[in-house]
Amino acid sequence: MSSKYSKIGLKAGLEIHQQLATHEKLFCSCEPQLFKEEPEYTFVRKLRPAQSELGQVDSAALFEFQKETQIRYEANSDSACLVEMDEEPPHDLNREAVEITLLASLMMNMKPVDEVHVMRKTVIDGSNTTGFQRTCVVALNGEIDIKGKKVAISQVSLEEDAARKTGKDGQLICYRIDRLGIPLIEVTTAPVIYSPEEAQETAAAIGRILRATRRVRRGLGTIRQDVNVSIRDGALIEIKGVQELDLVSQVITNEVQRQLGLLRIRDELSARGITENDISEDFVDVTKIFVKTKCKVLAKAIKQKHPILAVKLSGFAGLLKRELASGMRLGSELAGMARFWGRVGGIFHTDEMPAYGVTEEELSKLAQLLKKQPQDAIVFVADTLENATDALKAVVARSKVALRCVPEETRAANPDGTTKYMRPRPGAARMYPETDVPPIQLTKDYLDELGGRLPELPEQLMKRLMKEYKLNGKLAKQILDSEYLELFEVLAAETKVSATVIAVALTETLKALKRDGVNVDAVSDEQFRELFRLIDLGKTAKECIAEVLTWLADNEDSTAKDALNALGLSMISRKELEELVDDVIEKNAEFIETRGTSAFGPLMGVVMKKARGRVKAKLVNEVLKAKLEEA
Amino acid sequence: MNALINGRSNEKMFSASLAEKISEWETKGLSEEFTGYRGQTLNLLKSIGAEIGDVIRVTKGGETWEGILIPRSEIGDEHHVVIKMKSGYNVGVRIDSEAQIEKVGTGVKPTFTPPPIPEQNKSLPRVAIVSTGGTIASRVDYRTGGVRPALSASELYSVVPELSDIAMVDTEILFSVYSENITAKHWIATAKAVAKHIERGVDGVVVAHGTDTLGYSAAALSFALQDLPVPVVLVASQRSADRPSSDAATNLVGAVKAAVFAPFAEVVIAMHETVSDTSIVFHRGTKARKCHTSRRDTFKSVNASPLARMADGKIRVLTKDYMKRDAKRKLKLNPNFDKNVALVKAYPDVNPELIDWYVQKGIKGIIFEGTGLGHVGDYLFSAIKNATEKGVIVCMTSQCIWGRLNMNVYDQGRDILSLGVISLDDMLPETAYVKLRWVLGQTADAQEAKMLLKENLVHEYSARTLYDNIGI
Repeated sequence: MSSKYSKIGLKAGLEIHQQLATHEKLFCSCEPQLFKEEPEYTFVRKLRPAQSELGQVDSAALFEFQKETQIRYEANSDSACLVEMDEEPPHDLNREAVEITLLASLMMNMKPVDEVHVMRKTVIDGSNTTGFQRTCVVALNGEIDIKGKKVAISQVSLEEDAARKTGKDGQLICYRIDRLGIPLIEVTTAPVIYSPEEAQETAAAIGRILRATRRVRRGLGTIRQDVNVSIRDGALIEIKGVQELDLVSQVITNEVQRQLGLLRIRDELSARGITENDISEDFVDVTKIFVKTKCKVLAKAIKQKHPILAVKLSGFAGLLKRELASGMRLGSELAGMARFWGRVGGIFHTDEMPAYGVTEEELSKLAQLLKKQPQDAIVFVADTLENATDALKAVVARSKVALRCVPEETRAANPDGTTKYMRPRPGAARMYPETDVPPIQLTKDYLDELGGRLPELPEQLMKRLMKEYKLNGKLAKQILDSEYLELFEVLAAETKVSATVIAVALTETLKALKRDGVNVDAVSDEQFRELFRLIDLGKTAKECIAEVLTWLADNEDSTAKDALNALGLSMISRKELEELVDDVIEKNAEFIETRGTSAFGPLMGVVMKKARGRVKAKLVNEVLKAKLEEA
Repeated sequence: MNALINGRSNEKMFSASLAEKISEWETKGLSEEFTGYRGQTLNLLKSIGAEIGDVIRVTKGGETWEGILIPRSEIGDEHHVVIKMKSGYNVGVRIDSEAQIEKVGTGVKPTFTPPPIPEQNKSLPRVAIVSTGGTIASRVDYRTGGVRPALSASELYSVVPELSDIAMVDTEILFSVYSENITAKHWIATAKAVAKHIERGVDGVVVAHGTDTLGYSAAALSFALQDLPVPVVLVASQRSADRPSSDAATNLVGAVKAAVFAPFAEVVIAMHETVSDTSIVFHRGTKARKCHTSRRDTFKSVNASPLARMADGKIRVLTKDYMKRDAKRKLKLNPNFDKNVALVKAYPDVNPELIDWYVQKGIKGIIFEGTGLGHVGDYLFSAIKNATEKGVIVCMTSQCIWGRLNMNVYDQGRDILSLGVISLDDMLPETAYVKLRWVLGQTADAQEAKMLLKENLVHEYSARTLYDNIGI
């Protein structure tokens, strides 16, 4: 397997971001929490690229600025203060976050720096109200062991999480600043990973170490993996935001395929004799062809008096629809560029036609107007003249690059393991000091003291889980890889419920529910604790766990007791049981008559099923036996 | 503290202990090449010939640290060097006895070639931008983190390119002073510079200034520059200009637009109206106060509506009563301010000897920031009586910030009036302080001075206080 990847020169590196479970945010005293309600207040800003000493600004940033992009920030008073609004200078660096970062660093054999300096990293897409992300290096040069191989961890840094995008409102991009400032640890490996499987194992191992600090947040979006991938003759591609660990290897596999596919297209274009001179920015207004179109998107654009512009890509026929990797095509690459640079919803191209209500007749008129030969493709787009022009310019530029190479870019991971174009790779790192935050020194005494109280390493933890809680190896590993290790130990200590039952509930049950679309992240620790207390007290049965959790996921402010009441899952009393048994005996009188004492087994099953786990088998046994004797 | 003006990094360098620092530089030989380094580390750096921007390598305990030598924060200790690593991050490396330090590369001095000035559109109106505190915009040296002012017209255009579509810009750097260091001599120099530009026929003047004492300077220019033919717009920012979210450029664009297009010809302050970048308000120079330490909308018009607002690029005047732009009007320049005036806050147990001391020192005027409707404690009465009897002009304003005085409501107010204290109605204490200095700069006659004080010269008084004139 890996020899296949070594042949194509795969090199991958990881950046694992994990939110820390601190009491306050990184640079202010706001609680690190998100809100779902309507915002209490909003404000609108524009970001302006700061001029560098060389008189240069980041091209993508400048472009955004020239488009007069405005950002609307949404806030509430629980989760944000003036610091997040960029209306007050940051407070001192959160020492609790530094400490957690140091613990994780020491667990990866890293060397802490002598003095931590906070930097500003320019980010101008609006995700930071300041226009930069505050970040600092805490430790350098460590390593972890992955199946006997030492994987170098080059850097651990501590940074503020960004605001989260909540959508678009016309020209306004909307961000919610509740997430802004939540402390994030960033673990960066060296580019020394040579196969998708190894990458996934490394990501899992880093995740385990971070969770072993017992001070990280859990739930959707609290851990995010970025992957850097390159192959020989390909390009270094940065893939942002892989949310699920299980996707890491798939994302890399897909990226390798995508790059190989792009290289094959390059070779084919070259074989077809296409050169950059064959493609030019000759945009043709083709609106009149579509005035009576059945295509909804085009008809709507025409109604809004937007033009439809088209450009011919000579020699590209068939290549736009060719699959590079699962679900990824050159056509979607062009569309991604058009969306970014032209702010259009998407593009149409002849490789996918006829479709979307565009008819053969319209296509032949289009071909005629643009003098399309069979080997050519046409891309067309409907939007304002400015947007459509920018979009087609981007399409032409990207098509020219396709003749030469795989372009370096930043891509975003989709939930299905594919990726999409996000933005050009940022230029040279634009970092400068955050002078509002004083540096902090990490003294030898402090580091020695921390070294003396390092949390258990994952492998020690694994052994202890098996020994102390009698978990089997598989279950112990699942707990270790889950986000619920901490809670598991709490529940096992608080109740007499079997540790295996708790572990199964927190791993397999939750995983199954998640697969069924239940938002298990919404269930709080408190709700879990109450549920297991009720099981412990005999108020409900372990068979009800899945059902109760499903209900709680939809009823966040309720208690486990509410769930039992709502679902009718409280343990039934002896009297209720006797009534139930009477009913079963009555309905099965004939069966009992024919089977005699051997009817006991099947009837036991019927009663248990009817009781839906709300009664102990021993009691059913006793009552049923007595009743049968009476009968 | 925060000026439109320099980045904060520089501001901190010139903190209150500047004098102390200067003497330290002189005695210890801390040169600019070694910003922030002191003691043994400085000697070590000098011994290897390393300067800021050079590549250095520190080896200790089997670890190697390599990167560009970066200036050290003035609050840092003398046992660390700061280097910028290849990744762009800075870290501090402790220089202990086992540390080996060597210079491995010479820094490349940054050269900035501003882009050529865009074609100057001669048909556009002309504006003069007078800078009192460094610069209106900044460039960042990503190599060392230094923030450098963009001062010349061409640099300004390169940082705020929109300006070239609005006006033909001339720039003048009058001085580079943090606004907390601004004094009357700066007011005078600024007023004269503004007058010079107006006489040369510009369509408006913009004055860049730090925010801290901007209210005082705006009041000073309001009194010193009367009968203006064109607007004089003071502008500042609360977020330093090196950051993408800075309010400097938006405020500057608003200020320049108002200077050349606004229908009024008064001294105003141009700042954010809210925390959003969507509107700029123009406060009258005599009615504005800095009301928040850090917010963009820190300036509020007190006891008055702002004079105008700019939203969506359009300026709308919010009052009927204003001085209209008239290029033919003859400017009256009167930049004289007497220094013998004090602003005294009436807090519980304020020491009456403070007043006595001022009187002994030959003070000519005292502005009280009284409590409530215009009161001070009765334990000050005899000191005040002594002052007024010696000919000192004693006036009352309120520390409430919003609202109008009325010293007839309580008998204590009436008692204070009978001591010869003058009620200044709804005038801001800061404006009152500046006005009294200006008045005493115009006349030595006490009676005339008192009349001038009570006269509404440049909208320092409002006859009516409206419900929504509270700007919070």
